[in-house]
Amino acid sequence: MLEHRVDTTEQRATDPALDNQRIFRAILLTMSRPGTVTTLGNLPGHPGGLHPASAAVCMALVDMDSPLWISPDASEDVATHLKFYCGCPVIRKQEECSFGLVLNGLDLPDLERFNPGEAEYPDRSATLIIQVASIEVGHGVRLGGPGINGQTLLNITGLQADFWESMQQNRQRFPLGYDVILTTETEIVSLPRSVQVEI
Amino acid sequence: MTYQEDLMPGKSDATDNDAGYNYGYLNEQTKRMIRRAILKAVAIPGYQVPFAGREMPMPYGWGTGGIQLSACLLGPNDVFKVIDQGADDTTNAVSIRKFFARVTGVETTEKTGEATVIQTRHRIPEAPLQEDQIMVYQVPIPEPLRWVEPRESETRKMHALEEYGVMHVQLYEDIARHGRIATNFMYPVKVDGRYIMCPSPIPKFDNPKLDMSPALHLFGAGREKRIYAVPPYTDVKSLDFEDHPFQVESWDACCGLCGARDSYLDEVILNDEGERMFVCSDTDYCSSRRAQGNFGPMAGREDVAELMGESPQTA
Repeated sequence: MLEHRVDTTEQRATDPALDNQRIFRAILLTMSRPGTVTTLGNLPGHPGGLHPASAAVCMALVDMDSPLWISPDASEDVATHLKFYCGCPVIRKQEECSFGLVLNGLDLPDLERFNPGEAEYPDRSATLIIQVASIEVGHGVRLGGPGINGQTLLNITGLQADFWESMQQNRQRFPLGYDVILTTETEIVSLPRSVQVEI
Repeated sequence: MTYQEDLMPGKSDATDNDAGYNYGYLNEQTKRMIRRAILKAVAIPGYQVPFAGREMPMPYGWGTGGIQLSACLLGPNDVFKVIDQGADDTTNAVSIRKFFARVTGVETTEKTGEATVIQTRHRIPEAPLQEDQIMVYQVPIPEPLRWVEPRESETRKMHALEEYGVMHVQLYEDIARHGRIATNFMYPVKVDGRYIMCPSPIPKFDNPKLDMSPALHLFGAGREKRIYAVPPYTDVKSLDFEDHPFQVESWDACCGLCGARDSYLDEVILNDEGERMFVCSDTDYCSSRRAQGNFGPMAGREDVAELMGESPQTA
């Protein structure tokens, strides 16, 4: 097997502990308030196809205890980069991953195949990081449920249209299900399994 | 400090955290593990996520669950408040506040309104919480079904199958014995119509504050190694019966110091003659009311000056 070169010249300048804390709080904010968008900033030095925001989410959450699945359209550079920086195993079996990274929201894999957890341990389920083109609030799909005061509107471009039906089906089997973090180049918005989607 | 420089040559340290320890005491891998658990807890409101709890530099029962949560949350932009039974100035609160000031350099406060993260042992502040605040609860026994079913394997099944009838039996036994629901703290709630959750040993007086709260509530049990959460704007209903609706405690007295009638009151025995008074359990609420010129019937007495925080503090 070919060894792939990892670019280590762009080391993050600041303290990784503080970076991780800042990114985690941003993810926590979006996960506890679905439909709220936060900007993670533009960390440089990621291989083509990997959004800086997705890379930041992986840095903050993924490690050797959480196998990562990457959509097959990704270049080997993306896998090598994340393996090196997160220290995580990159696996081929979609059903077994803790984190699933989908580089193109217009080319979704079968989301049903991601691990939804067990009835007694619904937390043992996958978290999906799906890259999209843009996130706008104020119009689009109607969201409700825990974390949302009344309702909120979210419009995503660069995302397959049937994604929202998948989220509805995902909610049907609550407390089982996967949780989703949508990422543009610099922003994230999260959709926990508890979110109620009205198309 | 020369001692730190000797230990960590060449390290440009932005914070004053102790040399040799990672920012926030826990190492990054531990924090990632706990952070993943927190996110799952938020995604499944009221469900208890098991996590690989670490030993903390204090015994179980002193808030090791809450401390591990705070260690994963706190950053340079936070303002941290700790309360113990409502009070900012008791041993547990003072030590935890000092611990985080040391390991993260976080700014601390006693004012509810100024805090971004509030770690609490068994109270929710009286002042309404805001959207940008995170409450961190120290939880001794996270399993609400533990008193009726000691086996973890069984309670897991009961949660999975939503088999919750037995909780109402427990409340009914209260009514049969006392004529009313006599459970006054750790009063079970149902979160978003699905999971029954133990709100930690807060008085039931505080239960309504969890319902549709604008803040995020995170619960950490260190000994039992469980994390669970109530996201903001989530339906939290205290269990009850149609003919015995949920009711909170009320007092005939007002706070002796600030005169408040809307806060949770503690009874304090004053002397050997059996004199007693009621005071707000939330010290910040009480002192800010007094700062606004509200005084209770006992406020002028010299022998209660210590309660008003006017005598020298040992902390």
